[in-house]
Amino acid sequence: MSEPLVFHYEVDGSDFTSAGTASVAVKKSLRQLGLPSEVIRKLSIAMYEGEINMVIHASGGTADVIVTEDYVDIVLADQGPGIEDVDKAMQEGYSTATAEIHSLGFGAGMGLPNMKRYSDEMSIETELGVGTTIRMRIFMK
Amino acid sequence: MDSYEHSVLLDRKKCTGCTNCLHHCPTEAIRIIDGHAVINQDRCIDCGECIRICANNAKRAETDSLEVMKRFRYKIALPAPSLYGQFNNMDDVDYILNGLKKIGFDDVFEVAKAAELVSAYTRKYLKADGVAKPLISSACPAVLRLISLVYPSLEDHVLHMLPPMEVAADWARMKAKEEHPELADEEIGICFISPCPSKMSYVHNNFGEYKSKVDAVVAISDVYFRLLDVMKRDENMETLSETGMNGIMWASSGGESTAILNEDYLAADGIDNVRKVLEEIENGNIQHVRFVELNACPGGCVGGVLTVQNPFIAKSRLRSISRCLPIAVNFPDKDEQYIPDNFLFGEMPAYVPMSRLSSNIGESMRMMADIQRIRKALPGIDCGACGAPNCRAHAEDMVRAGIKEISCPILIARREEKQENEGF
Repeated sequence: MSEPLVFHYEVDGSDFTSAGTASVAVKKSLRQLGLPSEVIRKLSIAMYEGEINMVIHASGGTADVIVTEDYVDIVLADQGPGIEDVDKAMQEGYSTATAEIHSLGFGAGMGLPNMKRYSDEMSIETELGVGTTIRMRIFMK
Repeated sequence: MDSYEHSVLLDRKKCTGCTNCLHHCPTEAIRIIDGHAVINQDRCIDCGECIRICANNAKRAETDSLEVMKRFRYKIALPAPSLYGQFNNMDDVDYILNGLKKIGFDDVFEVAKAAELVSAYTRKYLKADGVAKPLISSACPAVLRLISLVYPSLEDHVLHMLPPMEVAADWARMKAKEEHPELADEEIGICFISPCPSKMSYVHNNFGEYKSKVDAVVAISDVYFRLLDVMKRDENMETLSETGMNGIMWASSGGESTAILNEDYLAADGIDNVRKVLEEIENGNIQHVRFVELNACPGGCVGGVLTVQNPFIAKSRLRSISRCLPIAVNFPDKDEQYIPDNFLFGEMPAYVPMSRLSSNIGESMRMMADIQRIRKALPGIDCGACGAPNCRAHAEDMVRAGIKEISCPILIARREEKQENEGF
């Protein structure tokens, strides 16, 4: 069993246009490892959604991708406002994004639901005014 | 992919070992070794970016010479529509087509004509059930090779329609046999007049199970001056052109999409833009679009490295040539239900993952950890002085080759400077 590999990214919250760079970068590395393309696809979509969320709601944060031979974990941590009602946020179409964000074509209320759909396990730790940490796991199978 | 025959080649004598091509290669296929560029054949997609950027003309595209057509009794020219945009003050395609006959071809078959049928069938294809969305055009061979090397997950999105060049070759041969039943198959030679080296590679390597029907690929730049010599105003000029605006505008980015007659399309040109669009499709961000047209060259085929004219001038020439033409003049039979088999290809060529470190994931992970460690030690300025395009690629090369000693010229210089300052 080899040591888990860790890829660490800072997600810049000030620049909307660069949102998604970390998921593109991690995808390149995972291809080099030879991970199954289905795993890479699921991971990059789940991570992209998470990255966008951090930029929209929390002015950025960090993204860590931990690769083992059996699974890949994504840990997205921010120090944003926290999620008031997690159950509501998990509903498709529910969004607290501002009108400005909507005008950019984001805020469809599919972020968290998509993250759940494309990962095998997902947990959300959130505290109002402190921040949110989301963990997702995708198995190699 | 060992035996893949490339058409982009290097003239070692002219190469000064500068790092221009190194930084511009979209698949990081080039390294500078012993003062000269070396192209990694497994990674090269024959896009021609290095030919475009090389200031010393050390990169060139190997295409067939017109002489190779001598071995055929009946020679057919297949002009790419981009050829039409190369000439100034030329308002009628027939000058070019008659010119091709004057320089030795027995017949001319326009690729633009086949393009119109490919467009008509693509419209049908898009209506079929279960078609991937978006559908990616299969016309640019450099893009197809990029997809199978770097974006294999997008293979399902590729339109399985043969490019107009192949459809034209098939059609031209059938026509020749009808008109000249005395000709044996091997006596008919089909020569594509090409704007780019990737067409040459496509023809010479075949495409998966599909075997190209083109016999020779000659560069537009090689026939250009010969055509100029013979293209005169001529009272007895034959009317040869049988194509409309749709077929001709395929030469320019957006032309193939326009011919789909569907507004939900996207057209991107230039290899960097193509890569960005492929990334977006992979991330699931292009869902509203039905059709994606991708051309490796800036401006589309008119921007190919084997053309003569500036691509923007060529595009405006094409527009003025096609202004007075009908939208399209080639259509399939009205009662045709299905797309004929000779317009389709089967499987994409087998995917050989370009970037994979090892076939074993555990081993790949160990290698990746080493790459990360080495990368941290490197200066991160991506100067190319070591011969790799950037520090990451250098770290990767070291790990792949099992080299332990870091040979970064910047680090070595810094170390020496430090030693001098310390009074050695």
